[in-house]
Amino acid sequence: MTTAPTEIDLHLKVNGESANVRAYPMERLLDVLRNQLRLTGTKEGCGEGECGSCSVLMNGELVNSCLVPILQARGAEIVTVEGLAKGDRLHALQQAFLDCGGAQCGICTPGMILAALHLLQKEPQPTRDDIREGLSGNLCRCTGYAQILEAVEQAARIGSTG
Amino acid sequence: MRSHPGEYELVAPGHLEEVVALLARDPGVWLPLAGGTDIMVQYAAGKLTARRLVSLWNLPELRRIDVSEGEVGVGAASTYTDLRRHGIVAREFPLLATAAGWTGGVANQNRGTLGGNIVNASPAGDSLPALLAYEAELILVSAGGERRVRYLDFHLGYKKTRLASQELIRTICLPRRYAGYYAYARKVGARSAQAISKVSVAALGRISGGLVEDVRIAVGSVAPVPMRLVETEQLIRGKGLEPALLSSARRAAAAEIRPIDDIRSTAVYRAAVTGNLVVEFLEQLGRTGSPA
Repeated sequence: MTTAPTEIDLHLKVNGESANVRAYPMERLLDVLRNQLRLTGTKEGCGEGECGSCSVLMNGELVNSCLVPILQARGAEIVTVEGLAKGDRLHALQQAFLDCGGAQCGICTPGMILAALHLLQKEPQPTRDDIREGLSGNLCRCTGYAQILEAVEQAARIGSTG
Repeated sequence: MRSHPGEYELVAPGHLEEVVALLARDPGVWLPLAGGTDIMVQYAAGKLTARRLVSLWNLPELRRIDVSEGEVGVGAASTYTDLRRHGIVAREFPLLATAAGWTGGVANQNRGTLGGNIVNASPAGDSLPALLAYEAELILVSAGGERRVRYLDFHLGYKKTRLASQELIRTICLPRRYAGYYAYARKVGARSAQAISKVSVAALGRISGGLVEDVRIAVGSVAPVPMRLVETEQLIRGKGLEPALLSSARRAAAAEIRPIDDIRSTAVYRAAVTGNLVVEFLEQLGRTGSPA
């Protein structure tokens, strides 16, 4: 009765483009993005859903891609940090992180930006408390957070969510 | 050491009927997996003993919130975000909506489910004291049919529930009779976000003619299972909230719980904080009963 798990073919839409992958169903979305699709902007921090480095949007909702088995992402629309810039033009959030010093070592930055994007899509004019709550699942060990909060405020002022 | 994905089977039948048929065919073999906020952590750490998993994520029968005249039925795979965004849950069951906001950050709230929090059966589950306070009932489903049990009777001990190996929680039923109650929810942890609680309280009360007409106090992380403080409630019910009663309630609450020392806190701290939170709740409740 027991059969060995086999790899399956899946289709996803990643940053607006069709992607076909072959993976074991329990493979993590994070690993598929990084290893198969070579989208290495998404980082692995803790690997247990505590730090937010691997945050991506799945069907418009922020998720930790380290906790998503790829089977549950079948057919989903995924947005990673690579999907934000238009050609050479950075997304308002990316530019704001640069302007405000919101990135130092950079490991948390892609996840931080995705969490901020998710927040601004739900709440285009967030209060400081909204921003703190929206980013509460994303840990940064460099900046002390002040510059990150300023960056999100700057992006909200510019009013571009995507 | 990290697990190899090739050692695990995961299937997603897509409908509840097929999932329960699978559980009935091979009882005890398949581990249900919803948002993965707990199971995927065990998996990543190489500690997941189950080798065959069945996905409940986005099953239409489990991800819905139905409102009828008498109760709100929350599908077990509804996420914390679903609860927070639902107008009637937020308005009539604020203890539950507040607890949903305590749980992890936004990404985990988008994936973690109420049913998952219940079957995980941790004494520190954020939503569980709220379910006790609202006297929630659970509809359990299997290939053989359904049964309804009180949440109070469902959670048996540390990580132990009445769920049979071929069963799933289908719906969490919340009776709509608490809209007029004062609701108090407070979680005490090492930090205000992303921390597992040292003590959490969910309480409801109603004052009439200067006396406590009804009161429910539920506490998490102070015993092997979240508990209702029935003796403390008994002491308070029908009385006026005088300072002497508050002191007795503080002592009764501290005596009623069964806290332990563990990595997050100590029994002494938990008893002191539980007493403080009960008094804080009663002080706030008292103010709702006095003329403004």
